[in-house]
Amino acid sequence: MRLRYLALLPLLTSQAMAETFSVEVEVPRLGVAEYHAPYVAFWVENADRSTLKPLGLWYDDQEKWLKDIRQWWRRTGRSQSAPYDGLTGATHSPGTHTVDFSDVEALESLPAGEYTLVVEAAREVGGREVLKLPFQWPAGKSPQQQQVIGTDELGTVTLTVSQ
Amino acid sequence: MTRVRFPKVALAALVLATALPAHAHKLWLLPSHTTVSEPQWITVDASISNEIFGFERAYPVDGMEVTGPDGKPATVDNAMKMHTRSVFDVQLEQEGSYRISVAQPSYFISYEIDDERKRSRGKDADTMLAEVPNGADKVKLREVLNRLETYVTLGAPNETGLKPTGKGLELELLTHPNDLYAGETARWKLLVDGKPASGIKVELVSGGTRYRDSQESWSVTSDHKGIVSIQWPAAGRYFLEAGTGDKNVSNPKATERYLQYLGTVEVLPM
Repeated sequence: MRLRYLALLPLLTSQAMAETFSVEVEVPRLGVAEYHAPYVAFWVENADRSTLKPLGLWYDDQEKWLKDIRQWWRRTGRSQSAPYDGLTGATHSPGTHTVDFSDVEALESLPAGEYTLVVEAAREVGGREVLKLPFQWPAGKSPQQQQVIGTDELGTVTLTVSQ
Repeated sequence: MTRVRFPKVALAALVLATALPAHAHKLWLLPSHTTVSEPQWITVDASISNEIFGFERAYPVDGMEVTGPDGKPATVDNAMKMHTRSVFDVQLEQEGSYRISVAQPSYFISYEIDDERKRSRGKDADTMLAEVPNGADKVKLREVLNRLETYVTLGAPNETGLKPTGKGLELELLTHPNDLYAGETARWKLLVDGKPASGIKVELVSGGTRYRDSQESWSVTSDHKGIVSIQWPAAGRYFLEAGTGDKNVSNPKATERYLQYLGTVEVLPM
């Protein structure tokens, strides 16, 4: 049993590693007096959150505001410490940014199933918004694309999952 | 003539406002009560924060002034700067309205040295100018007058203690600030050095931002008579913020001044 499983493992891993998981995020330009680029967190969860994989975080080294990314903080952030899991980097200014999470370890070990990509943005003296994009893992033969348009803190967010 | 001057002033204010560092947090006073029916002590917090009204950094209250219903200073006790807020108690003894304000003038200096832009704040202009290193370029000293205010009434409201001082950016409280009810509209006149100020934006945000996903702030702009009309969407405590700038400095070493009014009012259910 065990042996057979081990024999399968390299096959599964190489398949998962070939997947592309890329997110395009629009940070909207806002006409406010005091503007700070939003803190944004990315993670993947299944329906009952028995699997939850942090993918990335944009923040400016001010841990003080991390709690304001409220769902990320609750689900994973508060039990981590710097360096935070996934692709962590500075905040992004208004515009469209593409992040390729394909090589994030957490994804490579993600069991096959139905998941949701959660993108949560929180802006200092601004607001907060959470967007959810469902996807199947692994990608399958035809590429999957999901798009959600935010109303306040996030613009268009597009997820592409493909082989 | 007025038509030409008006946008100019507004533009100057805008340029000034953008030249200064972003407001970087809100400055506010928060009274424990605004309407009481028997003589008592109330307490006031002063803090600087992003969240309305969540304590973050203490706002100094050395320059605090409490004017009683007779227009004279009221009794204040326990003024203290703590880690995340300053506090003081105010004794409400006489019937009528009290204005609680903190309006300490300060300075903002900026200069360039070795192609680097430096800025700092302080209370003493001469010391700040003296500390500018030799060889600094584009030295600019600005006056800053932040007026934090809130109002409290014992019994029936009166107007004596609320009269504008004639200094900086203030409100002439045409509608009494302790007579605000949800759904009603308050009319207030913006004044700069006692004169009506038109085209000034007042931003409003209600308390409890921690519990919602957006600021839900809105703004009104003073009309040609300097008047703003504010309709209160719901009961609660509101933070008001207005700013403007001009060149009417009181210290001749400064070239510009920046004025802010930062008020807290309470709206009761109808």
